Formats: sequence, C-alpha cells, structure tokens
Amino acid sequence: MSIAQAPATSLRVLRFDRVQRDAHWANALLFFSLMFTAIPLYFGSFFGIVLPRHLIEMIHLWSGLALPLPIIISWIGPWGKAMRRDVRRINYWTREEIRWMRTLGRSRLEADKFNPGQKLNAIFVGASIFVMLVTGAMLQWFRFFPVPWRSGATFVHDLFAYAISFVVVGHIVMALTHRDTLRSIFNGRVSRSWAERHAARWLREEQPDHTER
Amino acid sequence: MSVESHRGAPKEPQNGVNVGRRVFLGLAALGALGVAFGNSVHNFVGDAVGSGLGGLLPGGDRFRIYSITGTYPKIKRDKYRLKVSGLVDHPTTFTLADLQSMPKTSFTKAFQCVTGWRVPDVHWEGVKLSDLLDRVGVKSGAVAVSFDSYDNADTESLTLEQAHLPDVIVAYSMLGAPVTTEHGGPVRLYVAPMFGYKSLKWLSGIRVVDAIEPGFWEQNGYPVNGWLDGTTGPNNPDPGLT
Repeated sequence: MSIAQAPATSLRVLRFDRVQRDAHWANALLFFSLMFTAIPLYFGSFFGIVLPRHLIEMIHLWSGLALPLPIIISWIGPWGKAMRRDVRRINYWTREEIRWMRTLGRSRLEADKFNPGQKLNAIFVGASIFVMLVTGAMLQWFRFFPVPWRSGATFVHDLFAYAISFVVVGHIVMALTHRDTLRSIFNGRVSRSWAERHAARWLREEQPDHTER
Repeated sequence: MSVESHRGAPKEPQNGVNVGRRVFLGLAALGALGVAFGNSVHNFVGDAVGSGLGGLLPGGDRFRIYSITGTYPKIKRDKYRLKVSGLVDHPTTFTLADLQSMPKTSFTKAFQCVTGWRVPDVHWEGVKLSDLLDRVGVKSGAVAVSFDSYDNADTESLTLEQAHLPDVIVAYSMLGAPVTTEHGGPVRLYVAPMFGYKSLKWLSGIRVVDAIEPGFWEQNGYPVNGWLDGTTGPNNPDPGLT
C-alpha cells in the first residue's frame, strides 16, 4: 500500500513482508512434518501407530528435500528484496553485537532489526538445514558412501536433530513470551514503540524522518 | 509496494564482521568431521561408557526398527511353527520347544545395518542353521536356502555354503531375552557376517532349493551377498565392523 492510503499503519513499522512471512510458515510446516515423521522412524516403538512406515519415510524424505526451498525462493528473484536485506543484516555483525553476544547481553547495544541472539538462531538454523540435507541425502542414497561414513552421517544427523529441536523449542518459548514480536510474523508489523525499545538502530535506518522528528 | 521499501536501503555495514559465514562454515565443518570420524568417536564413547549409557547419546546404540509391511506380525510362542521343506529328506515342522531342545549356540556380535547404524555387543542365542539342515537332511542338487517370513512380505536367501557358516543361526533369544516381536520374534534369522537385511525377522519357513532366489531387499537393489565388508567374503571380514 502507498503512503497516502495508509496514514494509520505508518505508525506501525513493517518488520516482515508477505514473502518473508510465507517463507517462515512454509519452513515451520516442513520442520514439523520432519519432526513428527522423525519420531516414529527414530523410536521404533512409536511406529505403525498412525501410518505405515514407508509412507512416513516418504513424507520425511520429501519434506527434507523441500526444506531449503522456502528460504531459497524467498531470497532469489525480484520479490526477495526484504529477505536479502535481512540475510545481510543477520550475517554482518558490528563489534558491539559481538561483544553483546560474548557478554550474554550484558553490554550496551543499540539493537539492529534482530538482536545478536536472534541472528545466531537464524544462522544456526540455516547451517543446520544444510548439514541435515547433506547427511540425510547420504542416508537415503547410502550406496555411494563407505559404511563408516554412513555411520558418521547417522551420528551427525542424530546430533543435529537434537540440537535443532532444542533451538526450535527455545524459539517458540521466546515467541510466546514476547507477544508484540510474535504478532509481526502474522501481520508483518511492529509498533514504533516496540521498534524504539528492541530495534532502535533499525528504526533509525528505516525511518530517519520519524526518528528525527 | 510497502512504505518501507521506498526508503533508502540500509547502509552496507562498512566494518561489520561476517559472523554468518563463519558460523555456517564452522557448523558445516563440524558436520563433515562428524561424518568422517563420528563412527570412531561413537565407538570410543560406546567402549568408554558402555552400551547402556551409549544408547542414550545421540547416534547411540539403538536399533531402528524396520518392517516392510508397517506392522508387526504377532505370533504366540506356543503357536509358532517353522516349516522346513524343499530338497530335504525329511520335511519337518518345528515348534519353538523343538528348536530349544536342539544343541544351543550363543555368541555376542554386532548388528550392522547397511544404512550405517550399528548396535555393538548384541547377545544372540539359537540353533545353528547348519544343525537344522543336518537334522532334515539336504538332498543332492540343492544349491541354496530360501527363507520366508510371517509378515508375508520379506524373503531372504543364502547359498548352501553360506548357510553352513557357524555364525548363521535361527535365533530365539536376543539381548539376553526371548526375541521380542519388534525384533522379529519369537524366532528370527541372524546372519552375523552380513548386513542386517539378511537377518530376516519372523521366520516362518526354510526352503532348500536348487537356485538362489533373490529376497525382498535384493529385488530392491541390495546385494544378494550382503557381506559386511562389501566384497570379499566371510574369510576376510572388515575388522572395524565385527
């Protein structure tokens, strides 16, 4: 919408555009599909309860192969401008951000759009998707790899599955305890007061006219 | 178009550190190291803390239960029958008690899946397949042995020579207890020198035949000779695997 049409929403700041929100929820859907199909594959006693095993395997395989797509699709192309900017924000850290992370949030920081914890979460998830995809492919097409590698891939796939599950549980807990922040993954916007409190540097860069007023 | 996208793009961080790339490459390297050495690390940890604790660790010594049909055939122990037929002198149907009254063989060996997971130090107990074949008498002209399962889906085969290896058994006990339903009980095959798919579960029939009949997994692309070392045979098994 244009500036002229939306005087009310100009008091609210766009945090995630449509493309990013859809990518987030597609990613979440695939993640839960993977997690719920992993449980019976991993803990034998659960399986056979709901679906036949080979169907569960197929769902797990295809969800896994599709997992990188929401991020990639939302990042490429003319619709990916906001996503690309956020990926850049997440990758590049200032010295203050690094210090903030090292001191576990005790140093002063004028926060970017994402605080260093959120950035680290995003980087970890991105890297883990890559590692899970590679090791998962090794387990699916195991014939091309020597047996010790297959065992190693099983080890890594298991280890990262645990790690990701902890991180995602943490992500959900943080979301549920920060309702204003959570709302922006549904409707895209945060209030100016939220942005002043949690992302002052971003707000200053995004809407210099507002902050200077 | 949203309001914000009209605004100037945020300044490129001039002296920012690309933490994203560092963490990404670090985790990828960790994953690669895990693939290359995870097997050794895991075996070391398993030896150090014992397989009981090892089972709780990620990648631990845990059986991953496979079934072709998606269900487990449930067979009462007193209803169990093993039918041995084909090119034999005395076609015989064995009960569980019949098998248990025969000379017992037991040993501790790993269960190694072709997809990579492995459970070390599994205790097995049962009857040597060769003892069973001797009991019924193999006729001349016999070349191979085919196996059927109570799941009516899985099949397996061994050459007569492979069937006579001392660590190929018809197992009724595993992990120190009667073979459970999910592990293929009451009676399953255990072919120690080969990958797990050769150790057919819920064994219902043994047929002595005049040609190798590739089993279910072999029809789906697995090698008919599932030797653990991949190629050479029982006299030269991979020391890392058994």
